Amino acid sequence: MNAAILSELRAAVQDDIRLSVAPEDLAAYAYDGTWAETAPAVVVHPDSSEQTAAVLRVAHARRIPVVPRGSGTGLAGGSLPVPGAICLNLARMNRIIEISRGDSLAIAQPGVVTQDLQQAVEKLGLFYPPDPASSYQCTLGGNVATNAGGPRCLKYGVTSDYVLGLTVCLPGGAIMRLGGRTIKNVTGYNLSQLIVGSEGTLGVVTEIVLRLIPRPDAERTALATFSRMADACAAVGAMLSAGIVPLLAELMDRATIRAVEEFRSFGLPTDVEALLLIAVDGDPALAQSAIDSAADILRGAGARDVRLSRSSEESDALGEARRSVSPAIARLAPHKLGEDVAVPRSRIPEMVARLQDIARENALDIVVYGHIGDGNLHPTLLCDRRDNAVMRRVERAAGQMLEAAVALGGTLSGEHGIGVFKRDYMRLACDSEALRRMAAVKRVFDPHGIMNPGKKLPEEIEKGAE
Amino acid sequence: MSLFDPINGQRFFAPDLPGYDKLLGCVRCGRCLSVCPTYELTRIETFSPRGRLSLLRAVEDGRLELTRGVAEHLYHCLDCRSCDTVCPPGVGIGELIVRGRAAAEARHARPWWLRRLLDVFLASPARVETAAAPLRLLQALRLDRLVVLTLGGLPGIGATIRTLQAFAPRLSRPLRRELPRVVRASGEERHRVAFFLGCLMNVAMPDVSRATLHVLARAGCTVLIPREQACCGAPHDDQGQRATALRLARRNIALFESLPDGIEAIVTDCAGCGAALKEYALWLADDPEWASRARRFSARVRDVTEWLDAIWPEELKLDHEPRLAVYHDPCHLANIQGVRAAPRSLLARVSGLELRPLANGFPVECCGSAGIYNLTHTARSLALLERKMAAIEAAGAEMVVSANPGCLMQIAWGARRANRSLSLRHVVEILDASLPKTAGHDDDHVIGMSTKARKRGDSKNEF
Ligand SMILES: C[C@@H](O)C(=O)O
Repeated sequence: MNAAILSELRAAVQDDIRLSVAPEDLAAYAYDGTWAETAPAVVVHPDSSEQTAAVLRVAHARRIPVVPRGSGTGLAGGSLPVPGAICLNLARMNRIIEISRGDSLAIAQPGVVTQDLQQAVEKLGLFYPPDPASSYQCTLGGNVATNAGGPRCLKYGVTSDYVLGLTVCLPGGAIMRLGGRTIKNVTGYNLSQLIVGSEGTLGVVTEIVLRLIPRPDAERTALATFSRMADACAAVGAMLSAGIVPLLAELMDRATIRAVEEFRSFGLPTDVEALLLIAVDGDPALAQSAIDSAADILRGAGARDVRLSRSSEESDALGEARRSVSPAIARLAPHKLGEDVAVPRSRIPEMVARLQDIARENALDIVVYGHIGDGNLHPTLLCDRRDNAVMRRVERAAGQMLEAAVALGGTLSGEHGIGVFKRDYMRLACDSEALRRMAAVKRVFDPHGIMNPGKKLPEEIEKGAE
Repeated sequence: MSLFDPINGQRFFAPDLPGYDKLLGCVRCGRCLSVCPTYELTRIETFSPRGRLSLLRAVEDGRLELTRGVAEHLYHCLDCRSCDTVCPPGVGIGELIVRGRAAAEARHARPWWLRRLLDVFLASPARVETAAAPLRLLQALRLDRLVVLTLGGLPGIGATIRTLQAFAPRLSRPLRRELPRVVRASGEERHRVAFFLGCLMNVAMPDVSRATLHVLARAGCTVLIPREQACCGAPHDDQGQRATALRLARRNIALFESLPDGIEAIVTDCAGCGAALKEYALWLADDPEWASRARRFSARVRDVTEWLDAIWPEELKLDHEPRLAVYHDPCHLANIQGVRAAPRSLLARVSGLELRPLANGFPVECCGSAGIYNLTHTARSLALLERKMAAIEAAGAEMVVSANPGCLMQIAWGARRANRSLSLRHVVEILDASLPKTAGHDDDHVIGMSTKARKRGDSKNEF
């Protein structure tokens, strides 16, 4: 990057220590939670909306790509730098600005770690439900950018259901405020919801107003084991059809359980084909009766064993086990590709069967776990990236899984985003008219295409060549 | 280039670099970010465990030179190993970072004074003792401040000398010279153990190890003390001096092998030494001649709290003056050795002592002592110390109990800086002061120390 631009960027962030071109920093900001790597040209660490906007002013004028980043935990390559890019590290903007009990909301900067916000609001008897498995380390900015989900979203909805307002810095340096402190708001187009899930391709979120709800009094957890994967899928269907809306309904297959138990001994049974982690929450008496009925239904649907947890410590440990699944799977092979398909509830059993077939046809090992209650599964292919033949099969299998999900009326990604890994498949899931409108929206916000290029939209749509 | 194109694998090789496959084990989930003290302070990736491993990986991939910058980033790590306690793939992050330091040493050696200190002095206890003697004299004559005035302005080392003077404990006559080869169990011998005396305990906190030996004896242990023992090697390992560390490890292994049969455990009261002794198995895993000997050695090592908790005779009751205390988990005990319950359960046996919880949870929040981190990275170490002091204050403690000399000295420093009166005690000192008086025979002569001396000065920190 040339010296003139660097000095403009330095002026934008007002202090030398907020900008680095050291080779070590470029190497350490070259990745996210996927295996992909591309070093940026410069890393900047803004401390405010104003500094962020000033960076976008320079980038816009100079036509330099900007890639916003929180903790770099994304699983689709959404915050992966592109060549020549400014990596915008928002992790330092990690202040919780306000928690209002009266208005039941929180205002936070994008670098706040999700779990830090959750703990802070829970101390006040409030609750922020979205709980991506990476909640210990991921940031709210990243959650907004990907419209992150998590186990509890089955009952409580995803990040977008909690976003009341945003401050967004735009290419060119404008600062835009959207929404506000009210639950209802139909004043103008709902641009906040357009920004949510846009994966940093329209602007940079620098302040977030989040709706909070009262913290449920009690939580009850059960662990059900199955000798057959198909039974586990059917059991969840039976439970949901009976009108039980669990806090979470999580599936783990045998390999998943093994990986997690190797990490830490959580006491999960390792000799079963599939395991369901079910939890309900609410008033203590109601939660108890709901978990009892859930247990009965699961038994009736073929569970080998259903165990209710005896204490909140035990429930917490199971939550911890679930959160470690994705990284713990790395124990099973040098590399892994974790997908994020979602299908309608009624098609879950078919999808799970299809995933097994795809793995078998491609002679690959597959691990399946996920939010079975809402049809959002994380089939994970095991591989070694040093082996070309294996990687070709992984690429083919990944495409087949996406095709299968769409064929069953589902979609490419439930909660991780499209990033770089799935952009080439967008045409499978979006009709061409929708894609053309998306391209037009992109141009309105970002006429020079500096915001996180190469992500989310298919290449020819992004370039406007359609 | 497609995201699915194969990668090349390792392209750059140098002695001591961490294994490439181990580096691949990190899938960059970022779980470690949430527990890393230096990431918390900076929120910059290169100051995180994941960032440090990624630098090493970039070096081995051939994408990044093994620059001085890489070495510096590896040394920003406290080696507190919090990351290892939460890492789902179980990468063994801390050990890989330390290996990286050793690999960097050939190109970017540690400062001359540090290498000299480590090589010449710490490599043999006699040398440490000889080196400590003039310092002790200076301290006794209160001339250490004068030294700081004269040398504190020297470029390169001046600031370190100033920190050292502010931080350093009062040095004592080395304990090693007065120790017998055997301390007999008082009463019936129920166990036989060997004792590993840490260098810091030897010259800076001899009272702690005196208490250890006394308590072990009272708990029915006969203790063998091989005098020729060398430094555990932890400081050398920590500072990239791997060859010296391994040399020391082999010497200690051979020495403890030469003890008579029937030794149940090798006990130490220094968490830093204990962590290293337990890691000899890992250090020497690739050495065909030593791997199995190291495994046997490491398997027998016990922290004194771990050992005492396992064998404590029920009938031996403990009674202490009333005190509000907190227990501070040393990183090297809790994170590396996984010993958290034992010291607490021992302290719970002590009536009079009220143990308040310290807001540091698990993994442990490092106090910033971290070997010689407080000398090499003073500002950051102080930021962590301040956080720790605030937690101690919030708990309303008048006493901090811990199990590692570095932490005790660091927290004492924190108390001095804040002008706070706080007593600092090793777990074994609490136990020792709480033992019932023995009727009839006084076993104190065995370790050359009177009960009076041991129980002196409960109200001030004297480290
Ligand atoms: C991978 C992540 O979304 C999970 O659900 O574990």
